[in-house]
Amino acid sequence: MSATSTPLPAIEPAQASQVIIGFIRSQMEQAGFERIVIGLSGGVDSATVAFLCARAVGADNLLAVRMPYRTSSEASETDAMRVVDALGCRTERIDITPMVDPMLDLIAGDDEAALRVRRGNVMARQRMIVLYDRSAAWDALVAGTSNKTEALLGYGTLHGDMAAAFSPIGDLYKTQLRDVARDLGVPEEIVAKPPSADLWPGQTDEEELGRSYESLDRALFALVDRRWTVDRCVRQGLPRELVEWVARRVARMEFKRQLPPVAKLSLRTPGFDHLYPRRRPGSRRVPTQ
Amino acid sequence: MEYRIALAQVAPRLGDIDANLEIVADAVRRSATEGATLTVLPELALTGYLLQDLVPEVALRRDDPRLLGIGAEAPEMLVAAGFVEETEDHRFCNSVALVRGGRLMGLHRKVYLPTYGLFDEGRFTRTGDRIRTVEVGEPIGRIGLSVCEDFWHASVPMIQALDGASLLVNVAAGPSRAPGSSAGLAAIAGWHKMQDTYALLGTVPLAFCNRVGNEEGLTFWGGSRLLAADGSVVAEAPLWEEALVVGSLDSDDLRMTRYGMPLLSDERLELTRRELDRIIAERSGLSSPEREEAEA
Repeated sequence: MSATSTPLPAIEPAQASQVIIGFIRSQMEQAGFERIVIGLSGGVDSATVAFLCARAVGADNLLAVRMPYRTSSEASETDAMRVVDALGCRTERIDITPMVDPMLDLIAGDDEAALRVRRGNVMARQRMIVLYDRSAAWDALVAGTSNKTEALLGYGTLHGDMAAAFSPIGDLYKTQLRDVARDLGVPEEIVAKPPSADLWPGQTDEEELGRSYESLDRALFALVDRRWTVDRCVRQGLPRELVEWVARRVARMEFKRQLPPVAKLSLRTPGFDHLYPRRRPGSRRVPTQ
Repeated sequence: MEYRIALAQVAPRLGDIDANLEIVADAVRRSATEGATLTVLPELALTGYLLQDLVPEVALRRDDPRLLGIGAEAPEMLVAAGFVEETEDHRFCNSVALVRGGRLMGLHRKVYLPTYGLFDEGRFTRTGDRIRTVEVGEPIGRIGLSVCEDFWHASVPMIQALDGASLLVNVAAGPSRAPGSSAGLAAIAGWHKMQDTYALLGTVPLAFCNRVGNEEGLTFWGGSRLLAADGSVVAEAPLWEEALVVGSLDSDDLRMTRYGMPLLSDERLELTRRELDRIIAERSGLSSPEREEAEA
């Protein structure tokens, strides 16, 4: 793979953080909220979002919810607490096992790979339920922790980890995110460890995707940001198998990045020709006393 | 003769005219204490940028007292600010007004509405069809107004320079992309290159005021600049932060720059027009006079 002709997407971390922190503040201000809730897994994505949110609204206005399942690794919990300790933010531990297990009892089948995905989806959606309950209880918005690599590959659970009020790192590739994380002071143990959704013991993203984030980001950067064709990517040195797999997956997962289509009937339909910015005069929430 | 120009790099509130009029009034007051002859505010300063179907709700007629009232705090000062204009025949345009002492001195309707990539302007607003300059008297002389994307077409500032502009004013709402990457730097670097080039080739000073703040996922990058007629940077605002920067220009500089580099007076307009007529004819599939001659 040619590193010079198909580079990783670059980022200037301090500038990126400045833009994202301004974005978070404006989202909060425009919506009329002061507090943020996030799900803190112990991974680099949610750790980075926690650091950015703490900088934007203050650690006291950030609630990091740790939501382990009984098979979740101890190391994830340790890393999540590293973030909490570094930031001094609020935290809460909610074990999702008793909520998830009754549902998992209903899930059966012969295809172990498919079962894993279904079980993982249940856990991701249960965490979403907890986060949105906490956001209502604590008068906060849920900040998303999905990155650009995940969004483009559809490597996330619809209405699960992809559910959020706003998405601070949704335009940062995984490899860029690590640079931003280091610059923010996210503990090195978290930045350096192999990314994992921790949905089953020993799971890692790169094993499940079958490719390294480095190669995925090179391919995505070429296909998406530079608008290269598959053939051009291959001519520039990326493996055809990789590029074709990525291109197919980006297309197949388009549905996860869009609102569901509405059957057009009337003269004016949300999404088609009833088009407004989500934040405008009158849209700001007025807190109840 | 020396005069001062203020660039008010503000963050307008989306869809909230009253709040934005306050922001403008505050900028005008501060510019007045700096002794500015002209204060420039960004594109759509009175309305915010990502309006979509809010356009008819925030549109103002050119004689609306709220528009003519900008600058009421400093009646001697020229104030340029962007707004959504509704014409008499209900065209909704992305316009910039130049107001002094409650009078509309000049008006430009954005000629090029970007409708590609992340931009969707042509869907909600209509294009202007005039590229003019306006005489505002000493010490500035004639101003050529334009809005953001208009500057990505060299014809706009060049026509204004040839039309006698002694100052180009571009108001903008430029969203930043991928800061630090080649793509993001290229967007800002592109703006710098074109400003430098227009000042240099037009032998004309140039005031560029870009907004800051956030709308939805967009972050506007600011970086407003004031350039002298030789292309040198007189004043520059920071990226992403609200700022009011003031710089001085001297009308004598324009005089001597144009004596030293008489590019505008050397410009061969007849030649340009002949070639443009030919290109227009050929693009439309009509034969040009020259081709008819050759084919005869």
